[in-house]
Amino acid sequence: MIVYLFIMLAVLAIASALAMIINKNVVNSALFLVLNMVSLAGIYLLLNAQFLAVIQILVYAGAIMVLFLFVIMLLNVEDEEKLFNKFRFKYLLAFFLGVAVVGQIFYSIAGVTNVLPEISANMAEIGTVEAVGDVLFTKYLLPFEMTAILLTAAVVGALMVAQYKIKKG
Amino acid sequence: MLEIDWFLGLSAIMFSIGIIGVLIRRNAVVIFMCVELMLNAVNLSLVSFSSFHGNIDGQILVFFALAVAAAEAVVGLAIIIAIFRNNLTVDVGEINLLRW
Repeated sequence: MIVYLFIMLAVLAIASALAMIINKNVVNSALFLVLNMVSLAGIYLLLNAQFLAVIQILVYAGAIMVLFLFVIMLLNVEDEEKLFNKFRFKYLLAFFLGVAVVGQIFYSIAGVTNVLPEISANMAEIGTVEAVGDVLFTKYLLPFEMTAILLTAAVVGALMVAQYKIKKG
Repeated sequence: MLEIDWFLGLSAIMFSIGIIGVLIRRNAVVIFMCVELMLNAVNLSLVSFSSFHGNIDGQILVFFALAVAAAEAVVGLAIIIAIFRNNLTVDVGEINLLRW
């Protein structure tokens, strides 16, 4: 049962990723990326990482993709007309480069496949909000606080970059 | 039962789709979304290793990667808006200010 669920979610993730890169309309691409992230959240649930599944939907599919959609609406970009209409050398090059990367990663996975771990026994307990929060606020407290500084710096920097005119003096 | 190879394979396929998207698309926003897709693929392999080892550190790393991805998306989209304001295009083939 769980295998069929994984196969369904994996096919959904791959299909939506492919649809994202071959879609001419930018808004459709963004919505396919949302579908991809929702199916990834389902895969996180299969891995018993409940906290990350919720965060994936809240932060990625919620906040970041809404930001993308706002920017797309703001820019008012038109569809790319000649996406696949005429054959181009760079598409072939991109395809073979992608296949080469997949081959390399699969080869390296196949090389270590007999030393990969089995499913951990305490897999069900480690992904809960309680366990994640327990580690996050004790062992990783300093990186957590630095994340706050990083986000503040990012917001200030984005305001400075995107502002129309910066008043002098 | 599920093996970790399947999760790593899915992660590899998604990462490569992201690479192909970065290489063939010309809209800067779509290129940015492909980068997010590649980040997600790496997150998936981190979470699968974390769950299969029974060690929570990988999930904490994914949490921080999410925060960095959010910051990166904000700054990158601001740069795209600034470029669009100056050039009236987000086509990376026509943005050639730094090309010699």
